Amino acid sequence: MTTDNLIPMVGVVTQIRRDTPDIKTFRVEKPEGGKCFDHMPGQCAMISIPGVGEAMFSITSSPTVQEYQEFSIKKCGHLTECLHAMDVGQQILIRGPFGKHFPVEGELLGKDLLFIAGGVGLAPLHSVIDYVLANRDKYGQVDVVYGSRSKDDLLDIDQIQNVWMDPKNRVDVHLTIDRPQEGWDGHVAFVPTYVEELGFDPHKTVLVCGPPIMIKFVLQALTKLGFTKEQIYTTMELRMKCGLGKCGRCNIGDKYVCKDGPVFRFDELSELPDEY
Amino acid sequence: MKKLLLSKLDEWLTTLSETQRIILPIKQTDQVNFGVYAPGAEVSLETLRTVKSAKDAFFPQVENMMNFRSEGKSISVETVPLEEEDFILIGVRGCDEKSFEILDRVFLSDPFDPFYAARRKHATIVTLACSRPDENCFCTNFGVDPTNPKGDVTSWIVDGTLYLTGNTEKGEALIASLEDANDEPVAAQQNKTREILEKLPFAHLDLNGFDGDHLMEKFSSSKWADLSEACLGCGTCTFVCPTCQCYDIRDYDTGRGVQRYRCWDSCMYSDFTLMAHGTNRPTQVERFRQRFMHKLVYFPSNNDGTYSCVGCGRCLVKCPQNLNIVKVIKALGGDRNDN
Amino acid sequence: MQRELMERIRALMDKGVADQVLAWKRGEFFYDTEPAILTKDELGEMVYDSFCGPNLSKYLIKEMPKIENKILALIKPCDSYSLNQLITEHRIDRDKVYVIGVGCKGKIDVDKIRAKGVSGITGVDENGDKITVHTLYGDTTLDRKDVLLGKCLFCKGKEHRIADETVGESEDTSEGSDRFEMVKKLEQMTPDERFSFWRKELSKCIRCNACRNVCPACSCVKCVFDNPNTGVQNKAAANEFEENLFHIIRAYHVAGRCTDCGECSRVCPQGIPLHLLNRKFISDINELYGTYQAGECAGQRHPLIDYTQEDSEPSIVHERGNNG
Repeated sequence: MTTDNLIPMVGVVTQIRRDTPDIKTFRVEKPEGGKCFDHMPGQCAMISIPGVGEAMFSITSSPTVQEYQEFSIKKCGHLTECLHAMDVGQQILIRGPFGKHFPVEGELLGKDLLFIAGGVGLAPLHSVIDYVLANRDKYGQVDVVYGSRSKDDLLDIDQIQNVWMDPKNRVDVHLTIDRPQEGWDGHVAFVPTYVEELGFDPHKTVLVCGPPIMIKFVLQALTKLGFTKEQIYTTMELRMKCGLGKCGRCNIGDKYVCKDGPVFRFDELSELPDEY
Repeated sequence: MKKLLLSKLDEWLTTLSETQRIILPIKQTDQVNFGVYAPGAEVSLETLRTVKSAKDAFFPQVENMMNFRSEGKSISVETVPLEEEDFILIGVRGCDEKSFEILDRVFLSDPFDPFYAARRKHATIVTLACSRPDENCFCTNFGVDPTNPKGDVTSWIVDGTLYLTGNTEKGEALIASLEDANDEPVAAQQNKTREILEKLPFAHLDLNGFDGDHLMEKFSSSKWADLSEACLGCGTCTFVCPTCQCYDIRDYDTGRGVQRYRCWDSCMYSDFTLMAHGTNRPTQVERFRQRFMHKLVYFPSNNDGTYSCVGCGRCLVKCPQNLNIVKVIKALGGDRNDN
Repeated sequence: MQRELMERIRALMDKGVADQVLAWKRGEFFYDTEPAILTKDELGEMVYDSFCGPNLSKYLIKEMPKIENKILALIKPCDSYSLNQLITEHRIDRDKVYVIGVGCKGKIDVDKIRAKGVSGITGVDENGDKITVHTLYGDTTLDRKDVLLGKCLFCKGKEHRIADETVGESEDTSEGSDRFEMVKKLEQMTPDERFSFWRKELSKCIRCNACRNVCPACSCVKCVFDNPNTGVQNKAAANEFEENLFHIIRAYHVAGRCTDCGECSRVCPQGIPLHLLNRKFISDINELYGTYQAGECAGQRHPLIDYTQEDSEPSIVHERGNNG
């Protein structure tokens, strides 16, 4: 890879799915069809609109999908507002893949996996879960705890209910929302509380992503249950510009999140300054 | 060794500039910065410290990287040709020369930066030895010998004469036409300068403990709040620093298309790590700490102990409120347990 | 004077007036003093001498929310204008500050000593009008007035415009200079000459924002140039005129509020005479609305936000604009 990687390729948005009031999932392909590049679960891409700006997004779709890549993006700033205003057929700029991925072909092989996600934090884990389902026999038990503010804020609920919850995929999905809501007969609790209630066996390997405050309390809950830092992976989000570990802004300690992350194991993170 | 009377310098530069661009210290309205030579320019080789360092020659403050054109829903990307022309960079002091090694570690490591690499490849570097170090110079702490810098050509100014010696083929060729000289005046000057260097107030800073092993200890020091108290959050230290290389990538709508350019950025700025949902360095204490931790701890931790400081002293001279890296080193350095 | 000042501060702290003082502290050399907030225990680090050039008043803004009782602040005569202006703008709560007006006989600019070719500076002796600079390369004697900070050459006088008490003597270092002399020169240039003057100066700008960040009148919580939502946020000149716009916009924004404290030019790493932009505004305001000095007292309304029947007609402004 060279910094030619600063120069993006053109991608075309071929499908836009509204997941929640503020999250849309964008399907991106090359103008001539096919996905823009290969990636592994947990890796990211820089997406930009000329004149608006560029930002790093995790790739939501599984590497096993050949035709396209998908990005679940929450509207929260200028660029994401512009992305949300796009129509199908719009071209965008994309470069990647960036960063280290979850060790799906390494340490995760054969393990019982516990995915814990909050809100749009499901986006990077979505890719891993789909990858695991596509290679189901390579992994042990799979649990997914996913929570959001309300039932309307659950990301890609169709896929969760129709695919992940399909008994043949052998996934235990535990959904929860923060507050009781009409039409919701599922669990109501914050994610960390639910994790503790569910009382998982501490031999599992955990992949967690969500708002920083959720991650913090999930970590406390898992510690209570007997998990160690070496068993827990997360993926981080910081301001990034180059994606190549050079522009400096995602630097924490002697790591660059874009290059040395965004996937970190908690024992690695605990050796770094608490600046994330 | 070759020599050239300084009074003949302009003549030599004029000849050289006919075939290659020359970048060297030039005075413009009272300030000396590296600039492109044109006959008649006020060359100021004797200036010990240019305001900005020589890094602009390889990593300019602003550079356009690509252009975009949008039509309907389509976008096209035009790349910008790399700068593939040979040029000569003259008057680089030992500290700035050392900074190139540090910048190389960033820009030429995988994945290498083609914009930087092109300029680097096409440069012939003529360094200039120091003979009158300032009281706030401290390059020797970082392995710099300012009396004998390297580059393609090394030069010394002794009593109105420029002495030059080639270190590479490219360098030898550049000075081949000049008159031969013996190196006694240079050696005498070097000895004198070395005596002064040894007596400088910051000749022996205690850098013990600035390494990856003490990362959390340095980071957690209670002294950062005091050290950064007067910091204005401006980017002066960053922009005059020869090793600061953080950059921003931005789009500029020219009205006829969009230019994507990169420009120097500063970790001292409040928006450096700002995202739509907030920033991980909310106050100037964290931003200030990041700059010095990066130079003194994070960078050496990733680069075999090489510090991202060359002791040029520009931040000491230019900080509006007199904060600087030496104050940080003195407050946090050494084998101490009172952090 | 430093000892007298320190004793007075200690006495005030002992009386419980305040437990902190905004002052200058010693650096690595005799000249690199640093603004600092010191407690009684840290008073030993305090310094007050000819190298305490920085205007401290703006630092009080940042301290306001933290102060429960009062803070002591060392304010030079020229800084007192900035302090008044910040009180006027409700950035500083007068009741939270105990102002010690410190005497000032002009501050020395070490850069000006260097500009005289003096390097390796290790010490200085001041003897009345002369200073002797000790260096690694021998001693040099200079006229004190030749190495004063630019702002001291246009000293506003020895009077503190705000102070709860004063310590030490002051001296007016302006020697009758006309601070609008250079403005007049610029006004007399042809538009092309003037444009070329400013292009030469402003093209040196490196967009470090030191001028803005040090400026007591630039006290916006979020500057338009830092706000990504404005579309003008930037930290480098994307085109070759951008740095000019930055300075012109800034000058407009502080017009009427700028006290001419000179900090912008003091801190500019490229030596751009930024204060001249502000002085042009001040000179125009004086001419159009009558002589006005921002920060002369707290609570003033400056002419650009105040209406009187005697105000110049806009047409007069318009015509002058055409001539200039």
